[in-house]
Amino acid sequence: MTGGQQVVEVDATTTGEILRELVRRYPQLQAPIDAGVSIAINGRIIASGLSEPVPEGAEVYLMQRLRGG
Amino acid sequence: MALDDRKSGFTFVGTRPDRPDGLDKVTGRAKFGADMSAPGMLHGAILRSPHAHARIVRIDTSKAEAHKYVKAVVTRADFAEVPFKPGLEGEFWNVLENVMAGEKALYDGHAVAAIAATSALAARDAVKLIEVEYEVLPHVTDVDKAMAPDAPVIREGAADYSVPEGVHPNVVRYHESGHGDVEAGFAEADLVIEDSFVTEATHQGYIEPHACLGQLGADGKGELWCTTQGHWIAQKTCAALLGIETSQLRVTASEIGGGFGGKTTVFIEPVALALSRKANRPVKIVMSRSEVFRATGPTASASMDVKIGMKKDGTITAAEGIFRLQGGAFPGAPGDMTAMCAFAPYNLTNVRQVGYDVMANRPKQAAYRAPGAPMGAFAVESVIDELCKKLDLDPIDVRLKNAAHEGTKASYGPTYEQIGLVESLEAAKAHQHYSAPLKPGQGRGISCGFWFNHGGETSVSLALSEDGSAQVMVGTPDIGGSRASMALMAAEVLGIPYENIRVTIADTATLGYNDVSHGSRVTYASGLATIKAAKHAVEKLCERAAAKWGIPVDAVKWENGCAVPSGPNAGDFDPLPLAEITANMGSTGGPISGHFEATPEGAGVSFGIHIVDAEVDPETGKTSVSRYTVIQDAGKAIHPAYVEGQYQGGAAQGIGWALNEEYIYGDDGRLQNSIFLDYRIPVASDLPMIDTVIVEVPNPGHPYGVRGVGETGIVPPLAAIANAVSHAAGVRMRQLPMSPPRILAALKQDG
Repeated sequence: MTGGQQVVEVDATTTGEILRELVRRYPQLQAPIDAGVSIAINGRIIASGLSEPVPEGAEVYLMQRLRGG
Repeated sequence: MALDDRKSGFTFVGTRPDRPDGLDKVTGRAKFGADMSAPGMLHGAILRSPHAHARIVRIDTSKAEAHKYVKAVVTRADFAEVPFKPGLEGEFWNVLENVMAGEKALYDGHAVAAIAATSALAARDAVKLIEVEYEVLPHVTDVDKAMAPDAPVIREGAADYSVPEGVHPNVVRYHESGHGDVEAGFAEADLVIEDSFVTEATHQGYIEPHACLGQLGADGKGELWCTTQGHWIAQKTCAALLGIETSQLRVTASEIGGGFGGKTTVFIEPVALALSRKANRPVKIVMSRSEVFRATGPTASASMDVKIGMKKDGTITAAEGIFRLQGGAFPGAPGDMTAMCAFAPYNLTNVRQVGYDVMANRPKQAAYRAPGAPMGAFAVESVIDELCKKLDLDPIDVRLKNAAHEGTKASYGPTYEQIGLVESLEAAKAHQHYSAPLKPGQGRGISCGFWFNHGGETSVSLALSEDGSAQVMVGTPDIGGSRASMALMAAEVLGIPYENIRVTIADTATLGYNDVSHGSRVTYASGLATIKAAKHAVEKLCERAAAKWGIPVDAVKWENGCAVPSGPNAGDFDPLPLAEITANMGSTGGPISGHFEATPEGAGVSFGIHIVDAEVDPETGKTSVSRYTVIQDAGKAIHPAYVEGQYQGGAAQGIGWALNEEYIYGDDGRLQNSIFLDYRIPVASDLPMIDTVIVEVPNPGHPYGVRGVGETGIVPPLAAIANAVSHAAGVRMRQLPMSPPRILAALKQDG
């Protein structure tokens, strides 16, 4: 979906900007993002919030959205 | 969410007061799902498919409608296609399809029609008058068979973007993650074990069946009373399924007799409302136990392959798992969660995990405590145990050697923040249980377990009364003693006694949106919101004191339930207690309340270790659990007795899952054991005293350090018990439940 790249770089300061920028750069990511993703920022898992700040140089990791019981 | 006000010394938090709802619960005063009635109320009954997979050719309701006690009959035609919304899609459509079958009945027990009559007995009789013509179709209930090339297709086009080409259409979601090079890692190992494991579906087994009372008028305004883990999701879903505006449906959560994830969605609630809309009278529906088993949401069944390589010193060099989960005739089996959780306790250089979400002709699975995680832990921790046995290594030492810690790259990707696995393992090793001698015939097993935990949308309001007491309104149904925890956290901030605080579960019309009581989120998220709401009220209390004293508000601080002057220029005033400020608040600025609404995003993952001693009767195959200890990181235990209760409950349910509980389907695709006599959950005499150790490694995402504790406790038991039984029986158990016939078969096969 990202041309085989596991790590990509985008400019963003919030979780929502990350997703928007990823879709702009890699439109194939729209489907998995629409299906629901969680974002880990320096290990802290953001389940769904789009306004969480992303510090400069932070480790960002996309995960399938978490569910609980 | 930045937390710059972390607290570590406590007055109320960490104490063990009586629960505020205790007297209601033990005297029968508490109102559960079936306890509500209304004038003119009708009783609903649901006609269910006797077939595992069948096309619905025709439904004739005329005889039922002509019955003198019947006031309404509904079928799928009585639900949305929605007037003001352009049709349902996604999970709403799946829920509607599950609540009332459309073109096909997809499992034994699938609802196909419903009636409302003047009595429960008349409803049960009259529902038999509905005639349904079925065209029976081939069915499949086993996860591996559902993936096979010749399996009947349950629904074309249900798969999402993630499923690779060439996979059977019953596979509807695919997950793959990991890092490193597993093949290179296996090449480095001194011993590689690859094995396969199977678990059956189990039910949450809550004692209270689903029950509701619904009223919906032709004006689109309605009321719903129901037993649920989340009344806002019930409101949103029912409104969507019935084509009404969300805010026009007021939903009140009853007391709840257990949920464990199974009451996070709706089953009968939209049906009661649809019947009510047609009959123009309130309609009550109460499920029988058989309906609960056949037609609510059990957990997924699983088929799993796990391969792990280890060096002689216990270092894991590589780990790989394939996890196939069957979640009924709808997307949603948590194959992705199983995959992400399975190896999460370990610091691995090379790891790969694959998860499949597979449909079969069974009821739509629902969440059950840490959905997906217990099965994966069973497979992974069994293989680790076998590696320890073959390499003659101590199982806790091996887990300590490989344990994830702060800074470890998790198997599912990100780098861990502060976590408590090493501390929990050290506590397990130091526990006297671990070094206690075993009697002949006994085996000891241990297992780690991991769960993510969750935050979720949360709203809390706190209002102070003139006499200085406080009422807290939360929107998360109390499924584990959370009213006590909320009161303790509010007391901690306000500085007033625990007993002076009443916590109410507000209905959907009186508080902002709240996510479901799931994901072990309530003490974390509603707790965080309660703390913030109480601080909001304290800000106003300080403002009133500042105004009274004629000093700036930043010269006032809150200490031990009183406003006190603070700083060199604040002046000399006696402390002003909360009750003195609230006594005349109406004339000093008006009522004082505090509010907080947010989606807290710092739930913090959690780990647990279970130690189990078990013995197996070689003649009958019956397993007895003789000793059980749970060690788990709670971050900070707000009410330690309820944390211990969560640990013990997880272990008890895990014992049932490991030893006896399973959905048994016949060749005809029908559920064979839909009552508690045949589906055996543990009773008190099946259980030993379950000891607990609360480890506290604070969660950096909560002001008091709380981590959720409700789910992690069911992750280790399956593996820990399987390891104990395997040692006791002398044969590796690869299939759950380890019921007496299965153990006897394994002993026989082993010779």
